[in-house]
Amino acid sequence: MIGKTLSALALCLLLGSAQTDDVSWTSQRGFFVVSYQSELEPLQINRLHAWVLHIENAAGEAVVGAQVEASGGMPVHNHGLPTRPRVTAEIGNGDYRLDGIRFHMAGEWEITISISGDDKTDMVVVAVTL
Amino acid sequence: MKGFALLALLAMVIALSWYNWPATPAPWTDAKVEILKSLSIDSLEPLPGDPTNAVADDPRAAELGHALFFDARLSANGSISCSTCHQPERRFTDGLAKGQAIGTSKRNTPSIVGTAYSPWLYWDGRRDSQWSQALSPLEDSNEHGTTRSQVVGVLLDDPAYGETYREMFGDLPDPTNDEAINTAFANMGKAIAAYERLLQAGPSRFDAYVAAVVAGDDTKQAELYSDDEVVGLQLFIGAANCTQCHNGPLFANNEFHNTGVISFPGELPDKGRAIGVREVTANVFSCDGPYSDDSNRVCPELEYVRTGPELIAAFRTPSLRNLENTAPFMHKGQIATLFAVLEHYNEAPLAMIGHNEAKPLKLRDSDLRQLEAFLFTLSAPLATDELWLRAPSIDIANDRGQSEQR
Repeated sequence: MIGKTLSALALCLLLGSAQTDDVSWTSQRGFFVVSYQSELEPLQINRLHAWVLHIENAAGEAVVGAQVEASGGMPVHNHGLPTRPRVTAEIGNGDYRLDGIRFHMAGEWEITISISGDDKTDMVVVAVTL
Repeated sequence: MKGFALLALLAMVIALSWYNWPATPAPWTDAKVEILKSLSIDSLEPLPGDPTNAVADDPRAAELGHALFFDARLSANGSISCSTCHQPERRFTDGLAKGQAIGTSKRNTPSIVGTAYSPWLYWDGRRDSQWSQALSPLEDSNEHGTTRSQVVGVLLDDPAYGETYREMFGDLPDPTNDEAINTAFANMGKAIAAYERLLQAGPSRFDAYVAAVVAGDDTKQAELYSDDEVVGLQLFIGAANCTQCHNGPLFANNEFHNTGVISFPGELPDKGRAIGVREVTANVFSCDGPYSDDSNRVCPELEYVRTGPELIAAFRTPSLRNLENTAPFMHKGQIATLFAVLEHYNEAPLAMIGHNEAKPLKLRDSDLRQLEAFLFTLSAPLATDELWLRAPSIDIANDRGQSEQR
């Protein structure tokens, strides 16, 4: 019984993590592939929260020790994010904690992530719809 | 020729009728119902705690704060209290373009209702908590015109204040010690904030209408809302783009936007948040300052605060609940009526400084009337006991006992 429950729990966790890891974005010059996991799921407006970015190189290997910066906005409205998010920690295995994200209106957002790692520099635009 | 004139006249009448003919409601789609639910007061989360204010939810602090809020001794001339400008009968505003106290305030008096939910206070967000905001007007020469030692002097002179203060904060301050005065001054702000946290918006006709839509109760919907109000609401969440900023159950994202509001003739444009953000990050009574009760100084709002040119002439989105009796509008009270505010957004003029985020809406006058009709359905009595909406009586504890029995 306990085994079944644990299996179900593990399955739930797998499915849960698959939600955002399912989607990934390749950087403009093709050096990196980025996915994210939001601590606020589903995303909502007006809530300050964090993401964990997962960065891999083109060969599918985790990128460690990278410099990662993020900015964003709504291209249609020609305005930026209401906050200035920042990578506050490198968790390991290509994961980076991005803190201080808030969306203050519904619509089409873009988060631009600049990555310098593996002796390469590139940027990726993550599309977010709320 | 005569026939042509008649035809032209007829065309004109048809065109004018179209321009002024009110639109009729469309059925609610599932996606729109979700938006309605997000705006309902039922979606309002319980008020989060304020770690920077240890007495934020202490009833004794609220009682002291209530008394301080209405106490005109906290002013240079003994006649100005917080309630001079924040009048409960006007939803804690004053009906004036700019607050009138010792002098004339720089901006329009904003409501206090629901501001406990906002990370930023004031039109320019130059304070980051209700308690630090409450301290600022006391020292403003145009508002209360007093000093922090005079304010603390009132606390020392009033035995009832002193007793409550000692219960919560310990010994009364030494009036010759600046640091002790600062701490007591901050504590008085924290008591006022404990009172202000009680001032919350109540359920309105809009919220009852949303419940009827969610329940699919057509009869109830028709009882609650006229066709004009329904269309006004549909415009609000649709073509009028209002929910870009006026979103969530308080109809405010509490962020800063330049919407091209023109200055009064002869006045320089107000730089708004561009200056406010500098003030809040330098203020000694902020979340990360020495008077915060959060020993860990966890201040994500300050840590990730945005700066930059987009903040020029940007002002905080106010709540749209309870607009009735709160004219004039905008950060300096430049616009006298709600309809004129809607006309402003319909035109979306170029900003005097910075960039107007809003775009012209090209709505008809009849559309604006329907929007206005909808907006007034957001008015409702506050979700706050009447006792807190007037100056405290001497026998306040007894009054409260009776209210609980009712």
